[in-house]
Amino acid sequence: MQQASFRGTNEYIVSDELSRAVDVSIHLQRPLLIKGEPGTGKTLLAVNLAKALGFTLERWQVKSTTKAVDGLYRYDTVRRLHDSRFGEGNVRDVAEYIELGPVGRAFEATDRRVVLIDEIDKADLEFPNDLLHELDTMSFSIPETGRMVTAEQRPVVIITSNNEKELPDAFLRRCVFHFIEFPGRELMERIVGVHHPDLEDSLLASALEAFYRLRRLDGLRKPPSTSELIDWVSALRHSGMDPAKLLGAGLPFLGTLLKKEQDIELVARKLRRGAMG
Amino acid sequence: MFLDFFFNLRAHRVPATTHNWLALLRAMRDGLHGDSLDGFYQVARCVLVSDEAHYDAFDQAFAESFRGVEQDLSKVLEGLDDWLRDPKQLAHLDPALAALLESMDTEELRKQLLERLAEQKKRHEGGNRWIGTGGTSPFGQGGQHPSGIRVGGSGGGRSALAVADARRFAAYRKDLVLDTRQIAAALRKLRTMARKGVDDELDIDATVDSTARNCGDLEIEMRPPRKNDVRVLLVMDVGGSMDPFARLVSRLFSAATASGGFRELRSYYFHNCVYGHVYEDAAFTKPVKTTELMRQLDPSWRLVMVGDAYMHPGELMMASGNWYDGSRGPVGLTWLARLADRFPRNAWINPEEPGIWDAPTITEIRRVFSMFPLTLAGLDAMVQQLRRPPGASQRARVHALARAS
Repeated sequence: MQQASFRGTNEYIVSDELSRAVDVSIHLQRPLLIKGEPGTGKTLLAVNLAKALGFTLERWQVKSTTKAVDGLYRYDTVRRLHDSRFGEGNVRDVAEYIELGPVGRAFEATDRRVVLIDEIDKADLEFPNDLLHELDTMSFSIPETGRMVTAEQRPVVIITSNNEKELPDAFLRRCVFHFIEFPGRELMERIVGVHHPDLEDSLLASALEAFYRLRRLDGLRKPPSTSELIDWVSALRHSGMDPAKLLGAGLPFLGTLLKKEQDIELVARKLRRGAMG
Repeated sequence: MFLDFFFNLRAHRVPATTHNWLALLRAMRDGLHGDSLDGFYQVARCVLVSDEAHYDAFDQAFAESFRGVEQDLSKVLEGLDDWLRDPKQLAHLDPALAALLESMDTEELRKQLLERLAEQKKRHEGGNRWIGTGGTSPFGQGGQHPSGIRVGGSGGGRSALAVADARRFAAYRKDLVLDTRQIAAALRKLRTMARKGVDDELDIDATVDSTARNCGDLEIEMRPPRKNDVRVLLVMDVGGSMDPFARLVSRLFSAATASGGFRELRSYYFHNCVYGHVYEDAAFTKPVKTTELMRQLDPSWRLVMVGDAYMHPGELMMASGNWYDGSRGPVGLTWLARLADRFPRNAWINPEEPGIWDAPTITEIRRVFSMFPLTLAGLDAMVQQLRRPPGASQRARVHALARAS
């Protein structure tokens, strides 16, 4: 009964916990809800899972104005109005103006797909509840045409949240949940290795040392994340930085790691006092 | 022991539902845990917990339930077997779970689970340790744990108990003190968005939609504008015993300002206790009469007091705690009661540990204001409190105190 598990890809590294959560989610046919600090690869998980499974990815980027029905289908009233004025298209047929959204497309496709509902917390509080029924039954109807869309192949649903809003309990109960922890040193070495395969060990070691020292610093408003570390390492390599200089003297390209002025000032102050050395 | 785990979780306030417990059983029946305690830990966590704030409590419950399992595996198996064999134990469950369990194919579930466990037992007796060291765990390839906890130092495996014991998620608990963004997120819940007033905003989407549905004949749709209808009055204690919390309170303040969205936010300062004046600045140079404040603002304002409420009893019962303020008037407690009486939707945030809240002055103040700790859970509770009007008995008590001179 055990299915082939998701173990990450060449470009994406998963922890045991996450890979197990993906397995459980696929097996129990429940959406997988992913939370974690920004820059820990929540969105990339869906992209790489789709790649690993060989499924097409349907990505639904949620915004504050997004409504649940947008993911299912959209009735393009403006185009219909336009067509009716200029006598184009088949205005009499409402179905011509119904476009399926990402979830709708995944339901209707004959192949199995991965649906990514990205940043679900951006939308209105009721948004997740409005989707519950459709995700549970894997079907919905379009009242305009009376058509029923039912999933041929149950899609794998990945949902990400940045914790801006609380999600409703009824929704949470139906999800498999995983919180992506900030990667520890060993995992981080592998992650950086994936992006910079030919990185010298000495540079990697001192960059990580400086990076974690920075993250441990008390009072940072936005601690640097994985994606910032990767950018920073690119910058360091580009400039041919001597790894030995990285520890002690000061941090070059601080702007790639820290995005808040107060943070940069704070670090500069600490560096002057030698507290980072 | 297995079922104890479930109740242990509930005792640790992890809101695991029976629905999810059954899902866990289903996952285990299908072998998703890969016959290891590590796997069980991972599967149980992702199915039973739906908020990282509960990870720590989950870890504690897990460690309590399964400590010693490595040494005495047979006991778990017995427990599991017993639990599955003895339906009388189901009587301890709430009726909903019992009904669900009965409706499931329990026999099938039991059979499969036992088969799997028997297999596990054999392997165990065969000399391999259940917990995956030396690469027997199917997850060895995944490598070491991010935080580097290993069993036996050989790498490649780790024990779920070691992970649980490490309590790496303690920082995500909701009952610990929090940062600005979290405070802002908590305060945002105070918003009540309302479309109020006259229909003076053109609803473009609805207009386009109705027009198009109307096959091109223009159909105008109007609606009232949507605004946050909440006004907040923030009154903060500064200086003296509040100094250790200065940073925390400044975070609260910046979060309240930054989260914005409030229709109006006013903040005032006081020292120790509120008397005849509050101040617009923390340096106490711009006094505002407390009576003036109560006259200007109507009872729809939400009043949030911030302070440790820790003072000399005299200060609460004195007419003025300020040496330089010679004016006589009601005592501090009466002033507080008057504020609470004027603004019935009120709360007091106390950055001190709730453990010391039985100090005499704090007890007195708690008779007037409901008090909440400056933690995420505390703020959540406070927001709940502010959203509903106080009970009649509380209002009557405060009113009586406010009348006292």
